[in-house]
Amino acid sequence: MRFTPLGDNALMLEVGDVIDEPTHRRVQEAWRALAAAPLPGVTELVPAYTTVTLFYDPLLAVQAGAPATDIADWLTVQVEERLKHPPKMEKVKIRTVEIPVCYGGEFGPDLALVAKQAKLSPEEVIKRHSKPEYLVYLVGFAPGFPYLGGLPKELETPRHARPRMTVPPGSVGIGGAQTGIYPLATPGGWNLIGRTPEKIFRPAENPPVLLRAGDRVKFKAITPAEFDQREAPP
Amino acid sequence: MIHVLKPGLLTTVQDLGRLGYQQYGVVVGGALDGFAARVANLIVGNDDNAALLELAQTGPDLRFDRETLVAWGGADFGAMIGNEPLPCDRAVRVAAGETIRFGLAKSGLRAWLAVAGGIDVPLVMGSRSTYRRAGLGGHEGRALKAGDDLHAFAPSDWATQILTALRTGQKRATTWTVRPGTMGRPAAAGVVRALRGPECSWFTLEAQKAFFSAEWTATKEADRMGVRLAGPVLARRQEGEMVSSAVNAGVVQVPAAGQPIVLLPSRQSVGGYPRLAAVAAVDLRRFTQLRPGDKVRFEEITLAVAHDLYLARERDLSRVRTGLARLTG
Repeated sequence: MRFTPLGDNALMLEVGDVIDEPTHRRVQEAWRALAAAPLPGVTELVPAYTTVTLFYDPLLAVQAGAPATDIADWLTVQVEERLKHPPKMEKVKIRTVEIPVCYGGEFGPDLALVAKQAKLSPEEVIKRHSKPEYLVYLVGFAPGFPYLGGLPKELETPRHARPRMTVPPGSVGIGGAQTGIYPLATPGGWNLIGRTPEKIFRPAENPPVLLRAGDRVKFKAITPAEFDQREAPP
Repeated sequence: MIHVLKPGLLTTVQDLGRLGYQQYGVVVGGALDGFAARVANLIVGNDDNAALLELAQTGPDLRFDRETLVAWGGADFGAMIGNEPLPCDRAVRVAAGETIRFGLAKSGLRAWLAVAGGIDVPLVMGSRSTYRRAGLGGHEGRALKAGDDLHAFAPSDWATQILTALRTGQKRATTWTVRPGTMGRPAAAGVVRALRGPECSWFTLEAQKAFFSAEWTATKEADRMGVRLAGPVLARRQEGEMVSSAVNAGVVQVPAAGQPIVLLPSRQSVGGYPRLAAVAAVDLRRFTQLRPGDKVRFEEITLAVAHDLYLARERDLSRVRTGLARLTG
C-alpha cells in the first residue's frame, strides 16, 4: 500500500498496479472502509482500477487537528488507522445487472466491422459479446460510463482512427480490450455494436447511475421491436 | 427578476461544484475560479456556495426589474451600468429597471457576477452549477440565451442593510473594496507554482527540468475542462500505458505528443495520461484567464509550501469576512 500526493488537495492510495479482480477487490474494500464514516477533512473519495483517491480540504484537515506543516502525513496516518481497524460494514451483495442490447443495424453500425476483424459472423459476435459476466471496474469518463472487464479476446477491436462527432446515448461499443456503454451523446472512437434502451445515467435518482463499480453486467440481445417498446415512455 | 437581453458567449450559472459524485463519473465543475466566486458572494452577503454567473470572453446584457446588490470581478469586460462604468470588487446598487452591459474581455477571459441572495435555480445532485454536457444543473442545463429570466433568492439582512445605506446616501457603490486581484483579475505574465505529480519520474530528467523552466504558451485548445500548452516536447523515459486513475483540477497531464494539458474544474473524474505535475490550488485561477498566446512558467514547490499558501489565503478571506460583517454601509 502506497500513498502519493496528487496536488495539494488530494492523496492517492495505491493498493496494486495491475488491472485484475484481486486488485479490484482490494480497491473496493479500502474504499468501503474509508466511505463507511467520514474522515476528518476528506471531501470526496474516487476509486479507480488500482487506486482510491481522497480529496481533502487542507483547512478542514487543520481544523480537525492536522499540524499545518504536515497535513498529508497526518491524513495518511488517519487512513492507515481506519484501514487497520475498519468499521463494521454490511456484507456486499454482488449485483448482477442485465442490460438489454439491440445489436447491429442502425443501433450497431460497426458490428460488421468487428465481425470481420474477428473472422466471425455477426451472429457469433453477438453470442460471444452477450455471454460473459462482465465486471464494472470503475465508473468514469462520462456520468455512469462503466469500464467493463471481461471482453472475450477475439472481440478486441482497435478504436476508430477518427472518432465519431457524436455517439447516441445507450450505444454499446468496443474500444481495444474494453467494452462499455455511452450514457450521453458524446464524441467517441469506439466500435458501436449495439444500443440499450436502458438509461445509464439517471440524474434524478440516487445514486444517479445504473451501474456502480463492483457490479456484474450481463448483456442480453433484444430485437428492434423490443428496443422500441422498452424505450417508449410509460 | 433578471432579464437576459443578450446572453454573451458562454454565460453560465455556477456555484462551487458538484461534490460527492465523481465516483459515478459526474464532473465537479462549478465556477472555474472558485475563490473569485466565494469573494463575489461574500461582497453581496451570500454564502460561499451561492449560485452566480460566470462570464466568458463576451459578457451578457442584463436588465434588473428590482433593486438589488451585485458584485463582479475577474477579467476587464468594460462593464457599464447605464452610462457609467460598473465598479468592480465592491458592492454595487442596481436600481429597478437598470441594465448592466458587459462587453468583450479586454484582457483575461472570465469574470464572475454575484447577485444578493444568489441565483435561484434548482439543486441537482447537491449543486446549482451548469453541467452542459449532461444538460443539467444551472439554468435549464445550458448557457444563458436571450429572453431567459433569472430569479434570485431573498438577500441576506446584511445585504439589505448595505443596500439601504447606499440608497439613502444616494451612492452607486460602496467605498470599501476587496483588494484588487482577489476576484481573479488576470495577473501579468508570471510564474505558476506547481508540485510534482505521481508520474513525474516517467519523464526523462531533461523533460522534468524543461517543464519547470521553459516558457509555455497557451493554445486555442482550451475550455472548461482544461488548457493545452505548447512548448518543448516532454519525452518519456519509458513507454507504456498508465492505468486510469483519479485526476483533479490543476493536474498536468501529458499525452503521447509530449505537450501538457492543465486540467480545470470541469475535467473528467479519471484520466489515463501520466500526471507530470499539479498546479498549486492558489495558482490554478491563472489558467482560467489565459488567452491563446499567453505565456506561463512553472516553479516547483513542495507540498508543505503549497499548503502554507492555501491556508494563508483562507486566513485572508476569513479576515475579509470578519471585516465586512462589521460594516453596515
